[in-house]
Amino acid sequence: MRVGVITFPGTLDDVDAQRAVRYADGEAVPLWHGDHDLKGVDAVIVPGGFSYGDYLRCGAIARFAPVMQEVIEAANKGMPVLGICNGFQILAEAHLLPGALTRNHRLHFVCRDQWLKVENTSTAWTTRYDKNAEILVPLKSGEGGYQADEDTLKELEDNGRVVFRYVGDNPNGSRNNIAGITNARGNVVGLMPHPEHAIDALTGPTDDGLGMFLSLLDTVVKA
Amino acid sequence: MIDTVKNAEATPDQEQPYQELGLKDDEYARIKEILKRRPTDAELAMYSVMWSEHCSYKSSKVHLKYFGDTTTDEMRSKMLAGIGENAGVVDVGDGWAVTFKVESHNHPSYVEPYQGAATGVGGIVRDILAMGARPLAVMDPLRFGRPDAEDTKRVLPGIVAGVGGYGNCLGLPNIGGEVVFDESYQGNPLVNALCVGAMRVEDLHLAHASGTGNKVILYGARTGLDGIGGVSVLASETFDDTAGKRKKLPSVQVGDPFTEKVLIECSLELFEKGIVAGIQDLGGAGLSCATSELASAGDGGMHVWLDRVPLRAKNMTPAEILSSESQERMCAVVEPANVAAFMEVCAKWDVIATEIGEVTEGDRLVITYHDEVVVDVPPRTVAHEGPVYHRPIQRPADQDELQANTPDSLPRPENLLELIKIMAASPNLASRKWVTQQYDRYVRGGTVLAQPSDSGMIRIDEETGRGVALSTDCNGRYTKLDPYEGAKLALAEAYRNVAATGATPVAVTNCLNFGSPEDPAVMWQFEQAVKGLADGCAELGIPVTGGNVSFYNQTGSTAILPTPVVGVLGVIDDVRRRIPTGIGAEAGETLLLLGETHDEFGGSEWAHHVHGHLGGLPPKADLKREKLLGEILVAGSRDGMVSAAHDLSEGGLAQALVETCLIGEVGARVFLEGDLFTALFSESAGRVLVAVPRTEEQRFVDMCTARRLPWRKVGVVDPESNALEVQGLGELPLDELREAWEGTLPALFD
Repeated sequence: MRVGVITFPGTLDDVDAQRAVRYADGEAVPLWHGDHDLKGVDAVIVPGGFSYGDYLRCGAIARFAPVMQEVIEAANKGMPVLGICNGFQILAEAHLLPGALTRNHRLHFVCRDQWLKVENTSTAWTTRYDKNAEILVPLKSGEGGYQADEDTLKELEDNGRVVFRYVGDNPNGSRNNIAGITNARGNVVGLMPHPEHAIDALTGPTDDGLGMFLSLLDTVVKA
Repeated sequence: MIDTVKNAEATPDQEQPYQELGLKDDEYARIKEILKRRPTDAELAMYSVMWSEHCSYKSSKVHLKYFGDTTTDEMRSKMLAGIGENAGVVDVGDGWAVTFKVESHNHPSYVEPYQGAATGVGGIVRDILAMGARPLAVMDPLRFGRPDAEDTKRVLPGIVAGVGGYGNCLGLPNIGGEVVFDESYQGNPLVNALCVGAMRVEDLHLAHASGTGNKVILYGARTGLDGIGGVSVLASETFDDTAGKRKKLPSVQVGDPFTEKVLIECSLELFEKGIVAGIQDLGGAGLSCATSELASAGDGGMHVWLDRVPLRAKNMTPAEILSSESQERMCAVVEPANVAAFMEVCAKWDVIATEIGEVTEGDRLVITYHDEVVVDVPPRTVAHEGPVYHRPIQRPADQDELQANTPDSLPRPENLLELIKIMAASPNLASRKWVTQQYDRYVRGGTVLAQPSDSGMIRIDEETGRGVALSTDCNGRYTKLDPYEGAKLALAEAYRNVAATGATPVAVTNCLNFGSPEDPAVMWQFEQAVKGLADGCAELGIPVTGGNVSFYNQTGSTAILPTPVVGVLGVIDDVRRRIPTGIGAEAGETLLLLGETHDEFGGSEWAHHVHGHLGGLPPKADLKREKLLGEILVAGSRDGMVSAAHDLSEGGLAQALVETCLIGEVGARVFLEGDLFTALFSESAGRVLVAVPRTEEQRFVDMCTARRLPWRKVGVVDPESNALEVQGLGELPLDELREAWEGTLPALFD
């Protein structure tokens, strides 16, 4: 399994995403923001950070990066794509996923261990989880409040496209406690919390996040 | 008109604003003596910033020498770089070198809390980068005035957001620090920032410009009008709005963490390719500092073409370009053959890089601006041969009175159970979650321990699991009561915190925050604290590898509590054997108290919080005991005999119990002997609460007994109870304790 991990200037969690891929016995392939090809990878992770500083709107510039044009094209053909935190923001800006991420409702950056419920276990990234399993992974973001119009929310809810939902106190004011969503096809997933920081209980709160990368392994092997 | 050397020679009597730039009469006279003429505007700007207290250490130098005098060759054996370099470097084994340093950014953070704190983080990170290391983590020891004061509500949220805003965007985990409240910091909060980095031993880079013909390349952000005169104006004088002087404009720099992140990755790629001969960060004093220090440490001179510096403001004068403190800039010395490769790497990262100078023969630093010479100086006189002062020293007249005012007569409460809760909720002991939750502690995936653990711990080698632990500590009340003993206590606590995680302490850094050096009483505190810290290090056998002095921390004539923040670095060969702070990791644990408890309440949190009292003597520091305690903890970790450990400091055993239960999310039953108030709240040093699995208990206490470390069984972990029970007093439900401990800061600052 070869998984591309994109680095934009200002990307921070690329090393973590690469490590998570290795933990799932995959090969992590670094992709640079200016690349015009995806180097034949089986899937792509858009990791967390502050792409280009995110001084405008999070992800607003990154979506125009050359490598993102390749990602959009591949995603539309069914390649598994995962956006974590800033990656989720970028996928939303690129219209691979609906909605937008806004400033946390309490206005502070929040870094905490967060319980999530896994509600959709049929995406490319979540097959290893039991439906409605609760997992504990870090959440760390200042602009993680998920917003979408009523029609979009209804569409997401009715079609089981909410993949992860916050359990307990809503950390950032996300509509419907939404932590992560998928596209209609189930190959593109975006979430604000960080499964790549929860692959080993030594350095994370748990290893609950590893399931996402192992799920991808299953998806790629089956394909 | 630009003031050139030629012009300066022609107009020897022209008046210059040296006083406004912070230079004294005799200092100005000495510059004229060195140059055999009056300085140009640009030279004056350079000397004034480089001879400021902040850059030149002119009041502290004679005392800091004592650190070197007391460091033995054995202590020095693991040190690869020490005091005088950008940061100290220690060999930590497996071919790894670790560099760490803490610096102050106090005054800018008072003027502009967010940017002051943010650029404090940025500056220390570049110091670590300039050693050739990848920065790995940051910590921030912070001190504020009264928690309920109006100004604290302005300063604290801004500083916390600034530390987080910069560090989070830079992608460095924040693994610990301190938040302390005391009235003395009311008009002068302390923002200290620590960074730790690692590199392979052979990759160590030192700042010097050698080799005639080598190019000097400035890379990173453009140079602007921000932070001009920051070090001389802000850091080296007291805030004093009563003196009727011309009000100075704030000169705080503005940080751009994204640019710094790119600068880090770009620099690391340059180091990896081996195309950097010398490197220096630009921080306080900007280009003045970088060019003079590089030239001074090299074996030749330097020529700089100042008009080549990329600017972000129009019509900047040479003096302004030289003293700008614009952030996110580095200066490299590169062999001519490597310049093209250097530029290529910078282009990949979209980093602006400009050849601004060249290493020359001779021993002058010559700076030209559009072909006219504006600076022509011997660089050592700017960078390393600044003024040195032997400031008057006088033990304060009221020191005896202060020490005689012991806490012995303070009424001690009847309801000790209630007091446990009151203390847990006190601003200095309450949970720091409100602060630390704003900091990313996970990025890069190497964080093994972070707040609220006793130390932060970072894995540096994923193959072997080798890592380092770090803690910073200082109790300014102890130092006020006895600066010598107080500094030793700060060292003892940081050392103990590191050992409590299973790491072996190996090196020390410091950030010495004091009042005005022109006050003999402050200089006495400073001298005593330096002695105490140095003597303590000698007793422990670990060297001071670097540090920072911040003077003029006072409001009006009132100095802050003397605050020598001490950082201790420890090494652990395998982070998997780290000792956590919370109990409950193993089924069936016994609680043991290591060390001895005496009736010691001078400077204690109880006297401060309940009685607003400060007097008497601080607890006694016993560094031989600390060393033994450290060895026992490391041995316990190595042999899997200790499942949790938490050091006892402010708030005593009661606070340690509350924290270990709440962090571990399990209850405990505790049985104590003798006077329960003393047992619970005394702040005697040299104590650690440990949890040992029942199966290891005998082996562990046998080891303590054999090595003559006093120990006492004080309780058992009770996963069923969900309460902290103190026999003879009753029990406190953990929910209630958590509400008390975690409720305080949100109530104050949300």
